[in-house]
Amino acid sequence: MTEPVDPDVDLADVRRRRQARRSQLRVLAAVAAGGSIGAAARYGASLLWPTPPAAFPWTTLGVNALGCLVIGVFLVTLTEAWTAPVWVRPFFATGVLGGFTTFSTYCVDIERLVAAGRPGPALTYMAVTVVAAMASVTAGAWITRLILAAVRRKAGRTR
Amino acid sequence: MNWLLVLAGAAVGAPLRYLTDRTVQARHDTVFPWGTFTVNVSGSIVLGLLAGAALSGAVGTEIQLLVGTGFCGALTTYSTFSYETLQLAENGARFYAVVNVVASVVAGLGAVFVGMTLARVLFA
Repeated sequence: MTEPVDPDVDLADVRRRRQARRSQLRVLAAVAAGGSIGAAARYGASLLWPTPPAAFPWTTLGVNALGCLVIGVFLVTLTEAWTAPVWVRPFFATGVLGGFTTFSTYCVDIERLVAAGRPGPALTYMAVTVVAAMASVTAGAWITRLILAAVRRKAGRTR
Repeated sequence: MNWLLVLAGAAVGAPLRYLTDRTVQARHDTVFPWGTFTVNVSGSIVLGLLAGAALSGAVGTEIQLLVGTGFCGALTTYSTFSYETLQLAENGARFYAVVNVVASVVAGLGAVFVGMTLARVLFA
């Protein structure tokens, strides 16, 4: 070692790096916990409303549409009105809603319907899921914005 | 026991989606949501492989719950996919919004096909 060592700078740097790693781990734990809750809810729905082989996958369609509606409401609230603690978004949006909804099951559902000799319902399911998801997320976002605007107007009048 | 398998699979799948999204997005300076696209296509390959393996009797219910319902279900997402598509449309990138939907569905179905074919080769 030829360079002079400044222990203060070095220690502060180590501490900062350790803190960043710890907060990153906390975010990952929040995502894992939320993801488990969301996946368990999806599994529960599949037990409550089981889809027989080669039947139209209503349960997956409903789960995905509901998750899209809720993420529209939640993320608009979070980005436009509510300064939430840092763990809220990873826990609920990335974790719970991400774990609840599924893209892989959607794709395998389509393949299963085709393999069962039902290409018509396969195509219908493919298109209806996309339309339902986009309609849900858009409705969730727009309705939330309308409500937020109404609340702000009311708050403005009473002031 | 079945619930624990789903919980355990999801506890790995969801953080892996978060980390993959962060890593992929950091490397691409575009509006296109490559991170979500990547996890959705990768998860579809794995679930296709698993579905094929289940068809040939190579894996049982436990693995299907752990890897399929838990891991793949939590690794892939429809909610983030739809929200990112809405954001593209609202930010004036309507063309990318349509491309995101079409490319994700086509790639996802292709991924399932690849996974199932792979399973047929491996477990036949």
